[in-house]
Amino acid sequence: MPTITLNKKVFESLVGKKLTLEVLKENISYLGTDLEKIEGNEIHVEVFPNRPDMLSEQGFARALSSFIGAKKGLREYKVERSGEKLIVDRSVANVRPYTACAIVKDLRFDDEKIREVIEIQEKLHITYGRKRKRAAIGIYPYEKITPPIRFVAKNPKEIKFLPLEANKVMDGLQILSQHPTGREYAHLLEDKEKFPIFIDAKNNILSMPPIINSHDVGKITTKTRDVFIECSGFDFNVLSTCINIIVTALADMGGRICSMELIYPDKKRITPDLKPREMKLDLGYVNRRLGLDLKESEAAECLRKMGYGYAKGKVFVPAYRADILHQADLAEDIAIAYGYNNIKEEIPKVATIAHEDDFEVFKRKLANILVGLELTEVNTYHLIDKDMQTKSSCLDAEVVEIIDSVSKDYNSLRFWMTPSLLNVLKNNKHNEYPQKIFEMGTIFKRSIKTESGVEEASRLCVLLCHGKTDFTEIKQVMDYVFRMINVKCSVSETEFRPFLAGRCGRVSVNGEDVAYIGEINPEALKNFELDMPVAALELNLTDLFEAMNK
Amino acid sequence: MGVIEAQLQIKSFLNMPLIVRFMANDAKALVEGLHPLERKVLPYIIEKAPLSEIVKKSRLKDIEVMRALQWLENKKLVEKTTSTKDIIRLDANGEEYSRKGMPERRLLEAIKDSKLSFEDAQKKAKISREEFNVCLGVLKKKAAVSVEGNEIKILNNGINALGKKSLEETFIEKLLKEKDAETGSLHPEEKFAYENLKRRKGIIKEDIAKTITASLTDEGKEVRSLLVKTTGKEVFIDRITPEMLKDGSWKKGKVRKYDVRINVPQIYGGRRHFVNQAIEYIKTVWLDMGFREMKGAMLDTSFWNFDALFTAQDHPVRELQDTFYIKNPEKGRLPEKRFVDAVKSMHENGGGTGSSGWGYRWNPEEAKKNVLRTHTTVLSAHTLAKLKDSDMPAKFFSVARCFRNEALDWSHLFELHQIEGIVVDPDANFKNLVGYLKEFFKKLGYDKVRVRPAYFPYTEPSAEVEVFHPVKKRWVELAGAGIFRPEVVVPLLGKDVPVLAWGMGLERSIAEYFSINDIRQVYNNNLKMLRGIKMWGK
Repeated sequence: MPTITLNKKVFESLVGKKLTLEVLKENISYLGTDLEKIEGNEIHVEVFPNRPDMLSEQGFARALSSFIGAKKGLREYKVERSGEKLIVDRSVANVRPYTACAIVKDLRFDDEKIREVIEIQEKLHITYGRKRKRAAIGIYPYEKITPPIRFVAKNPKEIKFLPLEANKVMDGLQILSQHPTGREYAHLLEDKEKFPIFIDAKNNILSMPPIINSHDVGKITTKTRDVFIECSGFDFNVLSTCINIIVTALADMGGRICSMELIYPDKKRITPDLKPREMKLDLGYVNRRLGLDLKESEAAECLRKMGYGYAKGKVFVPAYRADILHQADLAEDIAIAYGYNNIKEEIPKVATIAHEDDFEVFKRKLANILVGLELTEVNTYHLIDKDMQTKSSCLDAEVVEIIDSVSKDYNSLRFWMTPSLLNVLKNNKHNEYPQKIFEMGTIFKRSIKTESGVEEASRLCVLLCHGKTDFTEIKQVMDYVFRMINVKCSVSETEFRPFLAGRCGRVSVNGEDVAYIGEINPEALKNFELDMPVAALELNLTDLFEAMNK
Repeated sequence: MGVIEAQLQIKSFLNMPLIVRFMANDAKALVEGLHPLERKVLPYIIEKAPLSEIVKKSRLKDIEVMRALQWLENKKLVEKTTSTKDIIRLDANGEEYSRKGMPERRLLEAIKDSKLSFEDAQKKAKISREEFNVCLGVLKKKAAVSVEGNEIKILNNGINALGKKSLEETFIEKLLKEKDAETGSLHPEEKFAYENLKRRKGIIKEDIAKTITASLTDEGKEVRSLLVKTTGKEVFIDRITPEMLKDGSWKKGKVRKYDVRINVPQIYGGRRHFVNQAIEYIKTVWLDMGFREMKGAMLDTSFWNFDALFTAQDHPVRELQDTFYIKNPEKGRLPEKRFVDAVKSMHENGGGTGSSGWGYRWNPEEAKKNVLRTHTTVLSAHTLAKLKDSDMPAKFFSVARCFRNEALDWSHLFELHQIEGIVVDPDANFKNLVGYLKEFFKKLGYDKVRVRPAYFPYTEPSAEVEVFHPVKKRWVELAGAGIFRPEVVVPLLGKDVPVLAWGMGLERSIAEYFSINDIRQVYNNNLKMLRGIKMWGK
């Protein structure tokens, strides 16, 4: 979860109230965020990813000041018309089709404000912007730009400008391959024939979104007063919300918000649009969902505490809120304002019948039998090194593999259990013998029977490992298990490479093959660095359970 | 070690003699408590008795005498003194030379008739290259050979040398005969030979020899004389045998006393894995509360793992670095059309529920991608999809594995268990959720439970569950909870019924309970740990 840092003094002036540490802590927690720590003048808080509007000091303070009752209700933000146009060229349609823009004037930047603006931009990039994939934001000193600005896509070789933090002019491809930020985000423009740029009337390139701004016209300094802000991506609504989040934070810093006219090939839009979204409040739904009995006035008061406007059954959702999709979201905010701690618990008197899965009950029975034989149950991972469960175990099999696993040690799903348990023995060579272990676990194999194309089955694996273990001993274990569950099995001779030839049996129940039993092939033992014989049983519990219930 | 073997060991340990502080009247008790080995050894300790002498006289093995002496010393009947001396023994080459003759002798033999080239001389003497070089040096020093170019020739001194034993040979013979020699008491000739041989490879080795001598304490003297006096007069019974029980002969003898406070070797029994034990426990809590167990596949399509739970297709949790995607088969089939259509329109426009949806074009190919389930909520999704109106109200739970594509380290696992429950009830509400949570966590041993706002993608309202930790004396986060979003419920169930849900991880609680600091230890299957770890006690 993203964290933001609040300057206590600035924050208090924004909230409009001086708060003791305790009150601050409690309120932050009940607003639904997490106070991480307080260091001197700095307050570190965690913000949930559904509230990108709280990722700035201004946005956070706005939410908290409503919540504690200092400034309740919908914030009104004035939007002036700048009269400026931004032309969206048809060519961006295949690269990055949408943008939403704004101009904010009269910001007196100092180093602190520059830091804050960059921080808002970065936090939004990471969270709401999905690492610039969904939304990328650019902020520019407006004085250096000659309108109208155009958003166009061009051949990357024709795009030439001095990017931020670089010492020479580069073309689009060079930026992706040589510039550190370019390299980091190059995948976002991979395979694109043309790259998008913002360019002004004097043909100065402002930036190449979503990668980087120009050093000349894309860098805010302490001399900057007015800024041009753009947000580009694939979903106009997302971009519009994103620009709203930024401009309202900048307005809270003292700026004046000015709109721009966006000329798309087929339509015109004006952004930012800070008109609140209207939603009807379904008070019955909210009360049913929360188990409360709120009157309209009480619900309205709760909504105002959360920064909404309310009038005559209508909720006015601030234009910077990205998370209100449904009545359920209003219900949550009402519950938060009401106070989770004020909601009295109540268990309904509803009769339901408990039921443990039958197969799980069967498995427990088996475990108890095996524990009685002084076996130790182990618990291994389903993911395993592919080579370990095939080559090392002397078995050729098609196993289900993982894409880009973090480690080779778990790049496939186990096809059978024995290798997992041999690996346990391998890791326990320093421990006392005899070692007798078992596990009941899941194995994975390709199948057309399931939606995923992979079938899962439960297996029991028993390994006996000590100087004198042999086929007889493992057969005794198996016979005992089958006697205890009152199942008759028959064993026939078979060859299966992981097992020693001549000492491997195929076990069947009701004509159904359910298990392999035998002594492990010394070749496999060598691969697992074991110098102690191992007798093994691998029993398909899913099939056994079915055969038993036939 | 199985129980049988361990029992054998215990028996022999119980045989260990009683250790009690000696008092004047205890001599008799002490005699009665003597182990058979002690009985055999004690009579031979009169003055200072060296270990080797006791071994010889008692006809016991070294180790048996040592054990008996140790026990007697523990009872303060005997004092052991250990003295050490530096000694010399034959090493591997030395032993070989004592059989085959010294290499320099073999070399002289080889060339005694005619001079030979180095190579031929070495071959004929059957010595290694290295040995040859050493011999050459030794023999040249004694002026026994001369070297001309690549040839070696015997001199008069050499012929003389063949006729008698060298000092080195004499010394090696002595070592062979006497097993070792004390470094401090060598004759000058022996010392000369020793100095020469020491420099050569693997002929002799230096060691430290321990000599153990036992002598009696005053109490020991008393016990010994009593023992000697009574020996033969009373039958001492060490172990009660079936025969003794049958013929009643156990009554006729004196049963040796054991020290019942003695530490005995540990045994272990068969064990379930401690994680499974904890799971069994958690399951009883759910079952007590009337919940039904859910089961299902670990490998599923993204449709069930993400889309059905209203996780936007561009949501970061779907990225490769968090989720295990499957290489083969990369994609699965989508379920029945009614679910696909409902989920699709829910994502695109809210499906007529009053929700705005995500407002993008839903991509069925993205939903077909196979994943290892990232949470057990996928089981809840399947359950809702199968639920009929007549089944409601209903409660379900699962305790099952899920997967995260993370590097394994002390605080991260890539396979972990989630504990999860849902209540599907048309009349359920947030108040009920808080009620269920309090009851559930009370059963887990937490009397104080509180909720505070939180965010989870598929619940609204969402809550973080905190419990007051009775040991840590502070509030700790333990679980997540909420009511499923209508966007999740409607496509699966066909209508908006409140579904209360809560869940928590298992491994962290387990690690805490068993004081495991490195979470990897939960699944590293160290048998020593599995055999010794305490039972899940709740």
